[in-house]
Amino acid sequence: MAFTFAAFCYMLALVLCAALIFFAIWHIIAFDELRTDFKNPIDQCNPVHALVLPEYSIHSLFCVMFLCAQEWLTLGLNVPLLFYHFWRYFHCPADGPELAYDPLVVMNADTLSYCQKEAWCKLAFYLLSFFYYLYCMISALVSS
Amino acid sequence: MSQPGTPGAPAGLQAHNGAASASGAPYSNGPVPSAMMSSHIAVNQGYNSQLPGSYPHLLPAKTLNPASGQSSYHASQGSGQAFHRPPVASHPVGPSLHSGPVPQMLPPASQSPAAGPRLPGGFPPGSSPLPPVNWQHSPPSLAPQASHCPPAPSQPTVLGNTHLSAHHQYVPSGDPSLQNSCATSGSALPLRNPPLPTTFQPGAPPGPPPAGGPPLVRALAPQKASLRAAPQPSFNAAVNQEGITSNTNNGSMMVHSSYDAIEGGGFLATPQLATKNPQMSQGVGYAYPSLPPGYQNTTPPSSATGMPSSSLNYPSGPQAFPQTSLGANHLTASMSGLSLHPEGLRVVNLLQERKILPATPLQPPAPNLHEDIQKLNCNPELFRCTLTSIPQTQALLNKAKLPLGLLLHPFKDLVQLPVVTSSTIVRCRSCRTYINPFVSFLDQRRWKCNLCYRVNDVPEEFMYNPLTRVYGEPHRRPEVQNATIEFMAPSEYMLRPPQPPVYLFVFDVSHNAVETGYLNSVCQSLLDNLDLLPGNTRTKIGFITFDSTIHFYSLQEGLSQPQMLIISDIDDIFIPMPENLLVNLNESKELVQSLLKTLPQMFTKSLETQSALGPALQAAFKLMSPTGGRMSVFQTQLPTLGVGALKPREEPNQRTSAKEIHLTPSTDFYKKLALDCSGQQVAVDLFLLSGQYSDLASLGCISRYSAGSVYYYPSYHHQHNPVQVQKLQKELQRYLTRKIGFEAVMRIRCTKGLSIHTFHGNFFVRSTDLLSLPNVNPDAGYAVQMSVGESLTDTQLVSFQSALLYTSSKGERRIRVHTLCLPVVSTLNEVFLGADVQAISGLLANMAVDRSITASLSDARDALVNAVIDSLSAYRSSVLSNQQPGLMVPFSLRLFPLFVLALLKQKSFQTGTNARLDERIFAMCQVKNQPLVYLMLTTHPSLYRVDNLSDEGALNINDRTIPQPPVLQLSVENLSRDGAFLMDAGSVLMLWIGKNCAQNFLTQVLGVQNYASIPQTMTELPDLDTPESARTIAFISWLREQRPFFPILYIIRDESPMKANFLQNMVEDRTESALSYYEFLLHIQQQVNK
Repeated sequence: MAFTFAAFCYMLALVLCAALIFFAIWHIIAFDELRTDFKNPIDQCNPVHALVLPEYSIHSLFCVMFLCAQEWLTLGLNVPLLFYHFWRYFHCPADGPELAYDPLVVMNADTLSYCQKEAWCKLAFYLLSFFYYLYCMISALVSS
Repeated sequence: MSQPGTPGAPAGLQAHNGAASASGAPYSNGPVPSAMMSSHIAVNQGYNSQLPGSYPHLLPAKTLNPASGQSSYHASQGSGQAFHRPPVASHPVGPSLHSGPVPQMLPPASQSPAAGPRLPGGFPPGSSPLPPVNWQHSPPSLAPQASHCPPAPSQPTVLGNTHLSAHHQYVPSGDPSLQNSCATSGSALPLRNPPLPTTFQPGAPPGPPPAGGPPLVRALAPQKASLRAAPQPSFNAAVNQEGITSNTNNGSMMVHSSYDAIEGGGFLATPQLATKNPQMSQGVGYAYPSLPPGYQNTTPPSSATGMPSSSLNYPSGPQAFPQTSLGANHLTASMSGLSLHPEGLRVVNLLQERKILPATPLQPPAPNLHEDIQKLNCNPELFRCTLTSIPQTQALLNKAKLPLGLLLHPFKDLVQLPVVTSSTIVRCRSCRTYINPFVSFLDQRRWKCNLCYRVNDVPEEFMYNPLTRVYGEPHRRPEVQNATIEFMAPSEYMLRPPQPPVYLFVFDVSHNAVETGYLNSVCQSLLDNLDLLPGNTRTKIGFITFDSTIHFYSLQEGLSQPQMLIISDIDDIFIPMPENLLVNLNESKELVQSLLKTLPQMFTKSLETQSALGPALQAAFKLMSPTGGRMSVFQTQLPTLGVGALKPREEPNQRTSAKEIHLTPSTDFYKKLALDCSGQQVAVDLFLLSGQYSDLASLGCISRYSAGSVYYYPSYHHQHNPVQVQKLQKELQRYLTRKIGFEAVMRIRCTKGLSIHTFHGNFFVRSTDLLSLPNVNPDAGYAVQMSVGESLTDTQLVSFQSALLYTSSKGERRIRVHTLCLPVVSTLNEVFLGADVQAISGLLANMAVDRSITASLSDARDALVNAVIDSLSAYRSSVLSNQQPGLMVPFSLRLFPLFVLALLKQKSFQTGTNARLDERIFAMCQVKNQPLVYLMLTTHPSLYRVDNLSDEGALNINDRTIPQPPVLQLSVENLSRDGAFLMDAGSVLMLWIGKNCAQNFLTQVLGVQNYASIPQTMTELPDLDTPESARTIAFISWLREQRPFFPILYIIRDESPMKANFLQNMVEDRTESALSYYEFLLHIQQQVNK
């Protein structure tokens, strides 16, 4: 039983993952509010934008940490989402991530349902990875 | 939610209000729930309390009719207030004309069972039910209840936040509401105490007055039955809403109502009314030639079995509309509507029929509705659906492979528009639908909403019909007799006092701009039309010019001449003085005029070539944001300085490759600024007069998302291009004088089960069914894609309602409501029979523009072609029983391949080197923003031979004889060298003179001696005193009168530069890069028969 760097990574990831789960839930609520007509897309998209960059950077931080800790399996699980985030970031409308959720097109039924699905999928992913990190953290602490 | 008086809104709502008001003040036009409203009104007590006083002329009405709810009625002396709908009127006359798709005509017994099993077989798994480029949006997992009955704050017509701070600025200009009331009463005064009202609706079916008892009783029973049959969940939902929406409609006993049947204020309205009807009746004459008997072989069996099934299909159709006066002959009338329509049912083999274009302009198909309902339905020019028979389920819609959508022209100039002034506007309590002709009255006191099926109470005030002065006739009220109606909105529909009309002009005065000389024409036009600008005493006007710096003009009263203020710090824009930059037009008219006179000369020596458009727009936005209004921007080059600077992206050599073109904006600056503008009710209209590439793709965003419009004059020059100068003048004339609506929102509601998928047009989508339109103009069209969410099996009719809330230039808040009612069908064949090919092509064009922006142009072109192939192969595999060779299409879609081919050859989607990028993008803007009629004319122009016009079959309008030459197909084979041909392409008319044109025509019409002496650029016909000249001019001016703008006539001879444009429109011919019509058909046949 020793406190390794890997165990530290998992502990940190656990905490940050909780934040990511919160972000995902926040997204879901935001898009649901849009759909049910409670809010103006401009009002809604601005705070959503504020969350986009923190989310992406936190997730990238995970990946860097797991890379340093040489946790290849965990890294492999996270890489697809990392690439998706990169893709999303660089395929935004012209001026960068500020319009990742473009209030001009977000009301389109297809876009809105896509955004909602994306948020649900991320929520599921973060939840699963939360428990996975928990397990890994314990096993890292116990095994070494 | 509803009326502002609502004292107690649920706590949940208030929480929302708090959230909405706390977040972002600048974008404050979110749907504002009631609690906020009520608080606002409480604050603005003074404003609210003036309401009774603001309609002083109503008071005498009390004495007029004490027993009847204190209402007064003002009838205009015009020709009756009936909203005239020519197409509708023509339907009863010729039921066999438009081949109203008659689902009952199907061979139900024989075909339906057979077709049922075969349908799945029609799409074997291998045949890719989802083609690579697929127009049928996948059935979305929309939560239908969410988008349809937004439980709480569906206050659709309220805009803007409570700009309490903004309130004070209206004070200096006099109390607005007081002024409004003056204006209102002023306009209504001449109409006071009218002679006894005439029959309100000439078109109303003659029937016993419903107070007479029997019809109502009859109507009542079936309604109750159908109510029981209504789906339980929906009813429950409606009941649940009640807790929220109770307490509305209080105090309706004390309200006064008055009906002013005045014109909607469009002084530019053209006398379309007079011209349409004869045209229509002429259509009856020879719209469709007699058909070869061979094509009828599929119909006779259906006619044999059609009748019984029809009565089964629409068991409750008649009962659903008791207010349309059920007579004893009702059933027979509904049966007569089902008479055989052989034309509409026949199947056309496109490869064999060469002449498919009707000789008269194509009319929209009539929905297969009972004629009483159809008579009340909305004019298809205003509101049109791609499928006049709505498929029951999304699966059926997917199978048909046709797009479902609406095409709207909501703010069209109307000759006659019933206007209702009433302090309570009757609306459904749960979905906020306005009462319309298609609701059903359960009894005298209750009506059932046709969109959400909730049963509502009829307010006491609504019981009295001021037109007939009879109590207890709610179904005779104008709201229930007109599918298009305008309400004068009471103060609940305002969140701030109605804004004054504000016009700001932003001129580019760089060297390049001065060189084109546009300032002369624009200033002259403005000077000429200054008095015609729509507005009232509060109208404000301002000017900004810019090159590398920004110039403001102080027009303070008392100054001897305008004072120019130059801001050179374009990185941090500020407004140099708080007042006097936007001034009251009436008070400072002399200054404005002197500015307009001197402006063109002020910059003639300018050597500044840079253009700081972005900062200028920011400055203009800052100037206008307290009030909102219209910003007209004139730009002549690529913006090069400050924020929003752009780089040239077009490479002329790469025009051919469809991949490498830049259709997407290169910066988000204009988009974001447009959003800000939209939030502050500012619309930006862009006039681009540029010789070189100006990146319209980026610049156009400023207009697109702020609900403005784009005008483009390529290679504008005052000397070298006189044609463009004339075009600019004419379009400016229209632009400056047309009607305008400020701070508008438009909501589109539809029957539960349908949902809105995508909007097309210039606006900002603020919610799933709400468009924010800072300005609305009568030349803008909109399109909406729909999807079928829930199954519509338990309903026979669906309705769509668009409600446009706007502030008129007179400072009145008005709501214009259009309602369209359509039948629901359950078989594929009926869906095909009811297809409206023009609307489908229009919607496809809109979708293709989106596709070319998000994907690529070639994708969009493929998608267009696939739309034809998919729908026709669906028809072939699922509907046609015997597989004949050839390309079999339903009669309703016979022009579909032609129109799609025309779209492929249109400037937006064509391939080849001849389209400049800006022109292509402008064409795309036009596709999105034009009403369907003009879109179809630009896509597929009408061609007429005009050198042998005769009075045969001519129209006779107001003692003018207007010849009606047949429409020719757009193929060079129809041209001949010894004739003259007129092409009507919507915004332009082209008269092509053949080389050997008859001498008679040259001398008698053109007034020239011989062909060689026709001038190179000739844009007007001389007014000669010959019958030929009179006929030609009558025909051309008749074409012009039909549209609100002024199409320029180009006279083209062989060497003219315009000849290429003329020939380009010959869509049936082969060009270097595009197929001919026949080749296109062969291609489609090949794909369909695969």
